Amino acid sequence: MATQASFIGQKNKKDQVYTDPWKMMFEAERTPSFFTGSEVIKEAVRRASCDMMVAYPITPQSEAAALCGELFAEGYIGDYFRGESEFAVMSQCAGAAFGGARVFTTTAGPGTMRAMENFPMWAGARLPIQMIVTCRGINSPLSIQPDTLEIAYLMNTGMLVWHAETAQDFYDWILMGYMVSEEPDVHLPLALCCDGFFVTHTKDMVDLTPTEMCLPPYDPYRSPVPCMDMECPPVRMMRDPFVMKSNYISYATHASWQQEVWAAVERSRKHTIRWMNGLIETENTDADVIVVASGTAVSQSREAIALLEDEGVKVGLVKVKTLRPWPGEEIREATKNAKHIIIPEFNVTGWMAREVSATIPNNERVHAGPHVCGGMTMPPEIIAAEIKTLLGMKVPAMAGRG
Amino acid sequence: MSKERIKIAEELYDIMPAEYQDLVKRATYGNEQRGWKDIGNAKELIEEHSLCAGCPESMAFRYILASLPNPEDTVMVGSTGCTSLVFPHVAVHNIHSLFGNQNAIASGLKRALSVRFPDRVKDVVVLAGDGATVDIGLDMTLQAWFRQEKFTTICFDNELYANTGGQESGLMQKGFVAKMAPVGKSFEKVRLPEIARESGCHYVVNCTVSKPNLVEKVIKNAINVAREIGPTYLQMYTPCILEIGKNSMEGLQEMRDSEKPSERFAYKEFVSEPAKELLAEMAAKEKERKAEAKRQLASQTVAVG
Repeated sequence: MATQASFIGQKNKKDQVYTDPWKMMFEAERTPSFFTGSEVIKEAVRRASCDMMVAYPITPQSEAAALCGELFAEGYIGDYFRGESEFAVMSQCAGAAFGGARVFTTTAGPGTMRAMENFPMWAGARLPIQMIVTCRGINSPLSIQPDTLEIAYLMNTGMLVWHAETAQDFYDWILMGYMVSEEPDVHLPLALCCDGFFVTHTKDMVDLTPTEMCLPPYDPYRSPVPCMDMECPPVRMMRDPFVMKSNYISYATHASWQQEVWAAVERSRKHTIRWMNGLIETENTDADVIVVASGTAVSQSREAIALLEDEGVKVGLVKVKTLRPWPGEEIREATKNAKHIIIPEFNVTGWMAREVSATIPNNERVHAGPHVCGGMTMPPEIIAAEIKTLLGMKVPAMAGRG
Repeated sequence: MSKERIKIAEELYDIMPAEYQDLVKRATYGNEQRGWKDIGNAKELIEEHSLCAGCPESMAFRYILASLPNPEDTVMVGSTGCTSLVFPHVAVHNIHSLFGNQNAIASGLKRALSVRFPDRVKDVVVLAGDGATVDIGLDMTLQAWFRQEKFTTICFDNELYANTGGQESGLMQKGFVAKMAPVGKSFEKVRLPEIARESGCHYVVNCTVSKPNLVEKVIKNAINVAREIGPTYLQMYTPCILEIGKNSMEGLQEMRDSEKPSERFAYKEFVSEPAKELLAEMAAKEKERKAEAKRQLASQTVAVG
């Protein structure tokens, strides 16, 4: 097996220094920059030492995918090409990851759904691919607008699923994401989700790490499964392929591997907590009313909480950063004193409310909503109105709501 | 490269499985002259298989694995089907991921290996059935060729979905009555070799696996052309004796019958101009190597004499 020396301190062909990731993320000087979410993706990937990116056009991730192409042209990514569909793209990503590459891709909405067969395969094959999901509607009639329904499907694939609120989250988490998902006791793909357009197409101040620093390269030999490059002995995998066998050993093998994949999701907790300072963030959890949200719904909730504060109503906040692993214990603790738990979501089914309801005691406290979907925005006023209604306060009729 | 990479630590030798010890002692990794004639003399890279008795696919597997020019640096990509029952027994790295995505996997894999090992030859070979190659995976088969991805695609054409019990496939002959074609298949066998040529493949062969020396030749040509120039495609008839009502002993005859000049598996070959040049160059080198070996043998004989 090829040995890989420590790369820290060495330079890559773009003169970037492979830097201790902890130093790069927490100690290096940051430069405030005014960028769109798509540009932020490019800037994170520039520093991520990616071997391969496969791209495909679908709104609203097309710009980010094309910007990464510019990075390839500049020499920051080993290889880059446009696949023929999301199903193919995710398989091409898998092929590259099987071959020991650090892989990056982006997708959205219908693309996520078209590629879906790949995701449990990625997790089962323990491929630490990073996929940015810029969520958009998956319904018919055709929609390109923001909607987070696709996340509900991703949550049962065995992938790590994180939900960024802001461009700053996005920047940091892309880089931290590789550090977590490439840990040998994790070694799983990561779906790093954001709400399309709201994060990808708006400009925000983001503190960037220095351009001349980048992550150390991926070491494919720190994997729980062999890298398919013929650099280690080609073991005979099994005497009887399990696929055809209807016997207990076959079932037990499949079952134990699925359990192992989900155990690896749980093992990612300790690394994620270290890098992201917890799976959730909380504010004022002593309040009677607490909002639990992820993604852009958190930002809108912050505004709603400020509006209510002006009216003398104190509301707490739980920002859920990781959906897989699911921070059940953290949410239980943060909401233990709440009388009402409000869960605003950008989707029609309310998957977050279901997850929380399944997690906490006395879940009649959970109020699923408000829900917006199909590209609707979520004005803070409707969150505030929902809370006031719940508290028996008078709510002025809002335009469009009769 | 040689067998170095699979060598067993002395202290652990006795606890390794006998077949692995055998692989270290008698396999032909690193032997540039390896070929089908090693079968029976050296350790094969396939340990066992769980295919039906007499299945021509098992012959094809053995010939192909014996003929890989560079098995120590070859990664194979399979798909779902009877081939996926064999790959777990094969002593080259191989990937099964989903049904039909084999050429997409191979595209990513080949590029990753090129990025990671810019100064080494790492061959990628796809081996999948006709359902995977022509039906569910056709999109990815063709797109890999359009993009000029540098790997070989081998299709084991048994003209139906064998592993799921004999359903109609795109490569099935017109009129054949099968499951899901209850009144006979209504359209012609898809002409993938011609499509392959038009899609940019530099070396295309349509044949059966009745002759091991022929299989060795086309495998070596296809892999060498893919390595240096661009995509190559081999379509090999490996009849499913079970589904066409033949006995275990009749597979070979079925292939011989199907490769007669007027039949659908009569040997057909397409070689692009750059591939012709490469193969001619390689043939000249091989001739020179043999002549040199002969000269050395002669001088040794003289010296002894």
